Amino acid sequence: MFDKEKFTEIVSNFVTMSGKILPDDVTQKLEELKNAETGELAKTVYKCYFDNQELARKLSRPSCQDTGVINFYVNAGEHFPALGQINDCLKEAVRRSTAEAPLRHNTVAIFDEKNEGTNVGERAPYIHWEIVPDSDKIEIKPYMSGGGCSLPGRAITLMPSAGYEAIVQYVFDTIVDWGINACPPLLVGIGIAGSVENAAVLSKKALLRPIDERHPNPKGAQMEKDLEKGLNELGLGPQGISGRSTVMGVHIETAARHPSTISVAINVGCWSHRWGDIIIDKDMNYEIISHKGAKI
Amino acid sequence: MKKILSTPVSAEDLKDIKIGDIIYLNGTVVTCRDVAHRRLIEYGRELPVDLKGGCIFHAGPIVRKKGDGKFEMVSIGPTTSMRMEKFEKEFIKETGVKVIVGKGGMAEKTAEGCREYKAIHCVIPAGCAVMAAVEFEEIIGAEWTDLGMPETLWISRVKEFGPLIVSIDAEGNNLFEKNKKVFNKRKEQQVKEISEKVRFIK
Repeated sequence: MFDKEKFTEIVSNFVTMSGKILPDDVTQKLEELKNAETGELAKTVYKCYFDNQELARKLSRPSCQDTGVINFYVNAGEHFPALGQINDCLKEAVRRSTAEAPLRHNTVAIFDEKNEGTNVGERAPYIHWEIVPDSDKIEIKPYMSGGGCSLPGRAITLMPSAGYEAIVQYVFDTIVDWGINACPPLLVGIGIAGSVENAAVLSKKALLRPIDERHPNPKGAQMEKDLEKGLNELGLGPQGISGRSTVMGVHIETAARHPSTISVAINVGCWSHRWGDIIIDKDMNYEIISHKGAKI
Repeated sequence: MKKILSTPVSAEDLKDIKIGDIIYLNGTVVTCRDVAHRRLIEYGRELPVDLKGGCIFHAGPIVRKKGDGKFEMVSIGPTTSMRMEKFEKEFIKETGVKVIVGKGGMAEKTAEGCREYKAIHCVIPAGCAVMAAVEFEEIIGAEWTDLGMPETLWISRVKEFGPLIVSIDAEGNNLFEKNKKVFNKRKEQQVKEISEKVRFIK
């Protein structure tokens, strides 16, 4: 029998925690980048980042005030019970976290332009589904992206004559034009596919894997490394005030394209990249992948 | 030594402050973002708070009501200042605000406003919302609450609010515009080099 209440409670507690404590991979990368800085301004900014994380933990408050419009990326095992109830549970979990964390009221209804103060609304939280064969577990990745790091999001369909070279140009233009406001050092997610909606979803999924995990194709992995090195050479620094680095990483996700099109989308995560990864089994035992040893 | 300004701030107080300096602020801060700017400039509605010599913070906080009925700042951090670029010069002129705090840079018109009416724009490291919230000692008022929690004008008393990195000074110098020229120059070289390596369509 599926324990709806228990499931909702686990997800709600996990969402609440994810807004307060950064995942292990992000913390570790920030530590690396902080230690590489030499300039006074950059060092001051990084000190604020780390002091803030400590205060958030100590006072149990959301570390960034912009807790986003929550997105869930769900990998559901085909044998996990009651898949039909998960949407309701996730909505209820967000409703609870909004009151308890507390989360900022960010969900504004389209056309009516009303904010009900619950973070629940039309298709909010937004839920992305994938079915996993031969599994009876469910993996849930909540993601809180603030307005600042959602603003650079863009997508375009290129003609094959433009080539991957145009992708490089597009990435650099996006980061220089928009990256400063998105709270660097950024995690850059790039989706490459045959149409913009495929590329867009992939660009976001690219942000939800551990930093530095590489694309399975060696050419893709090399392109990630080259873009990462090149973007760091720009030296945007933390908050764009200039420094030694620009990004925490570059991740590419791909889907086979149409012969006549090559679509690319870009999404960025801010330094305060609040994503989580939790796996729950049918008996409501859970394992937290993103924050080892975290209590919820 | 920490450079600390207090509200009301005068043009004289801003004379020796240059882009890249770090300052702190004591006194009163009012959160103010998209819709409040739009209401004042586009709709000509009177702002329900006097900002002469004051400080606005481009921010949408998380606020909680305490048991005694007073509000408490839970988390507060800057939002993208560029969204207010369209209105800021006129806003400075109309209100007499002296310190604008946000994140990222602002463009030419705001820099003009800062030069003409003697004001500065600063950034406070974003994503550090608990650090900033503990510098907010007390919320002393809330106006235009019909706009919802993020857009309400929250009037607060702050102590050593900062670090505020000066991005536009009262002479109109603009730190981010200066940086952007450097980033763009470096960009060309990088795009050229990497493009050579990704000629996968042959």
